[in-house]
Amino acid sequence: MFELSELNALLPEILVLTLTCVILLVDLYGSEQRRGLIHLLSIATLVFAAIATLRIHEPGQTVESEILLNGTLVRDQMGDVLKLFVYLVMGLVFVYSKGYLRDRNLFKGEFFVLCLFGMLGMMVMISAANMLTLYLGLELLALSTYALVALDRDNRLASESAMKYFVLGALASGMLLYGMSMIYGATGSLDLSEIAEGVRGASGDNLVLAFGLTFIVVGLAFKFGAVPFHMWVPDVYHGSPTAVTLFIGSAPKLAAFALAIRLLDDGLGGLHGFWQSMLILLAVASLAIGNIVAIAQTNIKRMLAYSTISHVGFIFLGLLAGTQEGYEAAMFYAIVYAMMAAGAFGVVILLSRAGFEAEDLDDYRGLNQRSPWFAFVMLMLMASLAGFPPFVGFFAKLQVVKAAVNADLVWLAVLSVVFAVIGAFYYLRVIKLMYMDEPTTDEPLRAPVDLGTVLSANGLAQLILGMFPGPLIAICAAAF
Amino acid sequence: MPIETIIFYAFSSVLVLSALAVITVRNPVYAALFLVLCFFTSAAIWLLLEVEFLAIVLVLVYVGAVMVLFLFVVMMLDINVEPLKEGFARYLPVGLLVALAMLVEMLAVLGIKRFGPESFPAPPPHPAGYSNTRELGELLYTEYVYPFEIAAVILLVAIIAAIALTLRRRPETRYQDPGRQVQVRKEDRLRVVSMEAEKR
Repeated sequence: MFELSELNALLPEILVLTLTCVILLVDLYGSEQRRGLIHLLSIATLVFAAIATLRIHEPGQTVESEILLNGTLVRDQMGDVLKLFVYLVMGLVFVYSKGYLRDRNLFKGEFFVLCLFGMLGMMVMISAANMLTLYLGLELLALSTYALVALDRDNRLASESAMKYFVLGALASGMLLYGMSMIYGATGSLDLSEIAEGVRGASGDNLVLAFGLTFIVVGLAFKFGAVPFHMWVPDVYHGSPTAVTLFIGSAPKLAAFALAIRLLDDGLGGLHGFWQSMLILLAVASLAIGNIVAIAQTNIKRMLAYSTISHVGFIFLGLLAGTQEGYEAAMFYAIVYAMMAAGAFGVVILLSRAGFEAEDLDDYRGLNQRSPWFAFVMLMLMASLAGFPPFVGFFAKLQVVKAAVNADLVWLAVLSVVFAVIGAFYYLRVIKLMYMDEPTTDEPLRAPVDLGTVLSANGLAQLILGMFPGPLIAICAAAF
Repeated sequence: MPIETIIFYAFSSVLVLSALAVITVRNPVYAALFLVLCFFTSAAIWLLLEVEFLAIVLVLVYVGAVMVLFLFVVMMLDINVEPLKEGFARYLPVGLLVALAMLVEMLAVLGIKRFGPESFPAPPPHPAGYSNTRELGELLYTEYVYPFEIAAVILLVAIIAAIALTLRRRPETRYQDPGRQVQVRKEDRLRVVSMEAEKR
């Protein structure tokens, strides 16, 4: 049994679910012209969820970690911070995608409802204290994203990538589930806290645990898109409508980070020696393949997909240190990356028009002459992704590298810096195309007010957070 | 040998054999029917574990609903299995090798001694008047209420996704509206034209 007051901690989830169902009903009775209302309601849902999450916070105080509802839910500082950033990134997704969806006749209630259900899945994952809840949250997110990828159903490329995503995603879920069942067999519990105790109690003979752990890491790597489990990432990023790519490429990274922390640290922290070496392999392969293959891409969505893979390598670099410093750095990186990726796809959406997708790198030629301000916004985003100071991407990289060095992995830190330098090439190429080349079209760039304003803020945030990274670092530090 | 053990072995051998038949028979309808047999025998084995409710649900849901749907699809689609079997002989050795290697590895890691009957002793028998259904319901609505509700949301997402991806309104398709059909009057369909008789 549980106390009714424990449901208090579940308020953000309950609110999101209720409001999403309201949106579903409003969409049913609303006419085509009233779709703007759905859009506003979706953003309002995010605001309400943020208020509900912030509600219990005393200013300047951290939330005590407490496990509720018979060990299925945990409410802690990390969960609350990650949830707030998920709302923020989802807000960016909703604002950016409006015009794009309208032009392509995809401005339907289903997009927003599925996005919100996906977000609910992320929230469940972020605050899961039990493998059952964790898995269900993951599936809720995954099922919503499969449907979103296929939402433009007359588009062959989108259907193909949805199919690929579905099959590979199901395989990954199967791997994760198999690993979880092995851990359950070895420790006799699904609760992460009890698993942690079981792992500590297992003396010597933890072969079954290591076996289960391997499958869990494989499943995690699939969901993150780390090499060698990355094959779906470029195809899905390329095939989906850009608005959906924007969703897949940003907020779920935060949830994947929470998944990794919950499973690897909260549950299997005692097996750090085992999973560190696995994550090192994944990180090195992701950094190498991600950065080198991205150079060969001519499609910006594919390029950003490979860039995601390389950034996942950096997030793993922080995770695998296994120290508090490493987790803080990885969390900082995940949050910053989600915002940078949202901004980059936002620019892709900005340049697209009805019947035209600004997918090729050539479409960015001479952007400076068409719109100096948005060229500068893209410059800030690209420089931040590449990790140039004074942009915030630099601090994200600096922190994970520092964590790796402090965990006595100097060679890995050096290697990651080398690959980051190689990776800087393709970000610089975009900047070069925008500033040094002649535009292919002299059509002026028309930016809707809402998209333009938020995108500018997103770009400027890279610079401002880069100059004053203190508060965000402090927020991440308080989470662990 | 106690009677339960004999029943267990009898049902398990039927289960294993029918599971083998599912993947080896050529006709998909037979395969589906063998799968029905699989579910049935599993339900019987579950009964031996004293989980009456789950056993009945397995028969009702899987045999009664899922497999019937399955058979419908198999019969309607008329799948040509020949292209699926192309290259079967070519890939067989490699496939067998990989499968064998994985089996040996898994046996080495997991082994019988870790998951054998010694490590998992049989639970004590339930007292008289113990209700499986009641216990399950209580667990679902108290201890596991949160995962249970999430599972419900997942089903809702599945419904929304299925409708969003497949429902199409096609203005060009012709269909009958029985309501309008029965309301039709003579004047709507019949036009009496008075024509002058033609002269020869």
